[in-house]
Amino acid sequence: MITKRKGHLWLYAVLTVAVVAVIAPFVWMVLGSFKSEGELRQVPPTWLPESASLDNYRQLFSRLDFTTYFTNSIIVAVVVVAGNLLFCSMLGYALALLEFPGKRPLFAVVMATLMIPGVVTFVPLFVLVANAGLINSLPGLILPFLVTPFGVFLMRQFFLGLPRDLLDAGRVDGAGELRIFAQIFLPLAGPALATLGILTFLGSWNNFLWPLVVAQTEDHYTLPVALALYSVGQNSTQYGLLLAGSTVVLAPVLLVFLIFQRRFIEGIATTGIK
Amino acid sequence: MTATTTRRAASQGAEPPPRRPARKSGLREGRAAWLLALPFSLLFLTFTLWPVVQSLFMSFTDTRSRDLRTPFAVAFVGLDNFTRAFGDAKFLTSAGNTAYFVLVGVPLTLTMALAAALALDKGITKFRSVFRLGFYTPVITSIVAVAVVWRFLLQPDYGLFNTVLGWFGIDGPNWLGDPNWSMPALIMLASWRNFGTGMIIFLAGLQSVPWSLHEAAAIDGANALQRFRHITLPLLRPTLLFVSVTTAIGYLQFFEEPFVMTRGGPLDSTLSMSMYTYQQFGFGNYGYAAAMSYIIFVVIAVVTALQFRLLRENT
Repeated sequence: MITKRKGHLWLYAVLTVAVVAVIAPFVWMVLGSFKSEGELRQVPPTWLPESASLDNYRQLFSRLDFTTYFTNSIIVAVVVVAGNLLFCSMLGYALALLEFPGKRPLFAVVMATLMIPGVVTFVPLFVLVANAGLINSLPGLILPFLVTPFGVFLMRQFFLGLPRDLLDAGRVDGAGELRIFAQIFLPLAGPALATLGILTFLGSWNNFLWPLVVAQTEDHYTLPVALALYSVGQNSTQYGLLLAGSTVVLAPVLLVFLIFQRRFIEGIATTGIK
Repeated sequence: MTATTTRRAASQGAEPPPRRPARKSGLREGRAAWLLALPFSLLFLTFTLWPVVQSLFMSFTDTRSRDLRTPFAVAFVGLDNFTRAFGDAKFLTSAGNTAYFVLVGVPLTLTMALAAALALDKGITKFRSVFRLGFYTPVITSIVAVAVVWRFLLQPDYGLFNTVLGWFGIDGPNWLGDPNWSMPALIMLASWRNFGTGMIIFLAGLQSVPWSLHEAAAIDGANALQRFRHITLPLLRPTLLFVSVTTAIGYLQFFEEPFVMTRGGPLDSTLSMSMYTYQQFGFGNYGYAAAMSYIIFVVIAVVTALQFRLLRENT
């Protein structure tokens, strides 16, 4: 038969080299964030910091206002995640289990927009938000992302897989339609909600172009916006600061990913295959 | 309520009793469903559907940024914006660049994703999640952070890339400064950044390839490569289609990499269609930008349909 163990040591070696190559930029980024400006400019560059210090991080939060950017990023991400979880699961449930007039066209339109590239809506969306006076405000950063067609698709697929009998049983027991959704079906949707929540969080946290255009003063910057502007502005010469900033941007998502890794991968797998 | 229904049903005599309650609950069901659909629908209508329709409208007009206060004063120009795009040398350059990026980037990303998935699926038993996390980290990283680091790694003199190439006696190019090397650098960056997603989906797809088939083929004397070609690949076809379609859709819109790394340069060598559209938006040529965005949409639709044809039909 096929030996699963024998001769696979070389595969570990190849994989190790590959994974080291893939994460080398991150290792270098984190190590570099502890280096001084002088050391970062050394030729040839060093790997390990000669004298590690937290100076760059201290400056991020004292001289630059990374606390504000971090808070903005968190607020936007949390509200966007909450909106997607609630509204997408509501419609996803209705599409999967209930009959109502207009159901088919509604689903068709939502699905059709899945394929439309972001650039198509970018201009009119900007005009809309500008006319509503929401430029340079948190609602302007949040509202366009509060619901996504993808979220509806994901939740609908999940609810389709749950037994319909639960719905009938709830009705026989005299529960109202909304209560059946909130108290019977929603608690069962944990895995799908986790997947949608994590994907939405990642998307919001790393979202870059829209906040770059909408957030116009420092008090409304999100982390990626601040980092992008500093990396071309007057601070671009302070490379250590940028590396520390990059580390601060990456740390929360890496943490979220580490905690939910298993669920997340299962979730991506299910959305991918279906 | 049950009481009234029964009484009514009884009073109407011949009518079959379940009919009326069914319709009534249908009405209730419909109302509840719309109540559930309402918040999404309102937000979706405002922030997705309306912009999509408006963008289409704009693409047939000469809307510029100063026309926004008086949206009805703009003139219809028919297909002018679309014909203008196909006569615009810069747009054609951007289309060529996008094609280059997609034609090289998609196969490269798919190969990396599949290779990683195959190695993790059957090849090893230990540290699987460590490797998986390592390969997936670039996917979850902000492009801005990626740019900060990669710009440094790609520096011509003392960047990590050219240092490593130097070990093998290769004099590495000025990656981002040379029009011939800027696109390969961005393709490398994009593949590095995206192959993790494909890997995860391939890993899921590989679970549907039964090990017993491999064993049977091995007994018949098939080597690993033959087994891959004749067992794994055919069974993986739907997954391959999915990954290739989603990767191509993403790459056809490629924007962030040149935006943060090169601003489309040097000499427009990394200017993509999305990026040129964004530039026109920045210049206030809204009608023209909208038309170009719809051209991208059509290209995406065509490429997607083409892939369905190619990967589904022939065996």
